[in-house]
Amino acid sequence: MVKLIISILLLAAYTSGQSQEWQRSDLDIYETFDEFESILHIDNDTTYLINFWATWCSPCVAELPYIEALNETFKDKKYKNILVSLDFKKQIDTKLIPFLNTKKIKSDVVVLLDGKSSKWIDRVDPEWSGAIPITIIYNKKKRLFMERQFHSEKELVELIQPFLKS
Amino acid sequence: MKKLLFLSILSAVLSLSAFTVFHSGYHVGDTATDFSLKNVDGKMVSLSDYEDAKGYIVTFTCNHCPYAVMYEDRLIDLHNKYAPKGYPVVAINPNDPAANAEDGFPEMQQRAKEKSFPFAYLFDEGQKIYPVYGATKTPHVFLLDAKRKVKYIGAIDDSPRDAEAVEVKYLEDAIIALENGKNPDPSTTKAIGCSIKTVK
Repeated sequence: MVKLIISILLLAAYTSGQSQEWQRSDLDIYETFDEFESILHIDNDTTYLINFWATWCSPCVAELPYIEALNETFKDKKYKNILVSLDFKKQIDTKLIPFLNTKKIKSDVVVLLDGKSSKWIDRVDPEWSGAIPITIIYNKKKRLFMERQFHSEKELVELIQPFLKS
Repeated sequence: MKKLLFLSILSAVLSLSAFTVFHSGYHVGDTATDFSLKNVDGKMVSLSDYEDAKGYIVTFTCNHCPYAVMYEDRLIDLHNKYAPKGYPVVAINPNDPAANAEDGFPEMQQRAKEKSFPFAYLFDEGQKIYPVYGATKTPHVFLLDAKRKVKYIGAIDDSPRDAEAVEVKYLEDAIIALENGKNPDPSTTKAIGCSIKTVK
């Protein structure tokens, strides 16, 4: 009996260590752009890739695997992905979290709920028309803004490498 | 080596200019082109068909995009309010159904029927008109005057996600300015939208 309990406990510990199930508490949820904005200007030695996306945006979903792959490619570098979800408040539990679990997303995910986008699009980048996906690569020395969809990890790696050297 | 450098600079310049072309399109003050596109009723529609129009609310929109869907009712209301005053909504789906099946012509017909669109809902077959206008997303509005001069480009209002929370009705304010012989202020705005879907 004791053996059984121990093995159950061990199994439970093992599976909890294995599974990285996303929960609502894992997400930083920003109601306003003002609270979110500092993520676009983190001043340290890390290079950040910020991707604005949503589960309802098909080109965004299509390019996510390439962005996710960067976690492994640059795991020994000072590099970090932050996925900024523009999913709707009502769909965080019903769509976003199940999506993150199904796709086994490893990147950091934040949710930006500020619906008054006409007031903050230019603060992300004046070049941005408002269409998603967009990708920003930056560190404290350089910054790149791209309103486009990526079709391979290679395209991203080539853009990121110069940032890691600088 | 020099040649290689030259070639890479050349290709960089070319790709940069290609990018610029992609982002070109109309600015406020430009004269917009007319077009002849198929409506959901099967008939071809041009701006010149609207006799006595004082302006046109050319709106790039589609079936699949949640932001486009969130604005359907507001577009219907705008058309019902302003078409009798000479400013009809002219909706255009710029997406290639090969890239998104929900935006096919039969699907457009179905959506127009479900929502009883009182305005024309046209299909940009071959995706030829949206790049000329410079639409980048749905929804994306171009308000033209009677002479097809672009007077306003951008969002319908400041709260796509919540019609109740609208504080500024950019498009309606722009129509009122036009009606009063004034230039809209702001004349351009931005909002989140779905990128236009084409096959690469």
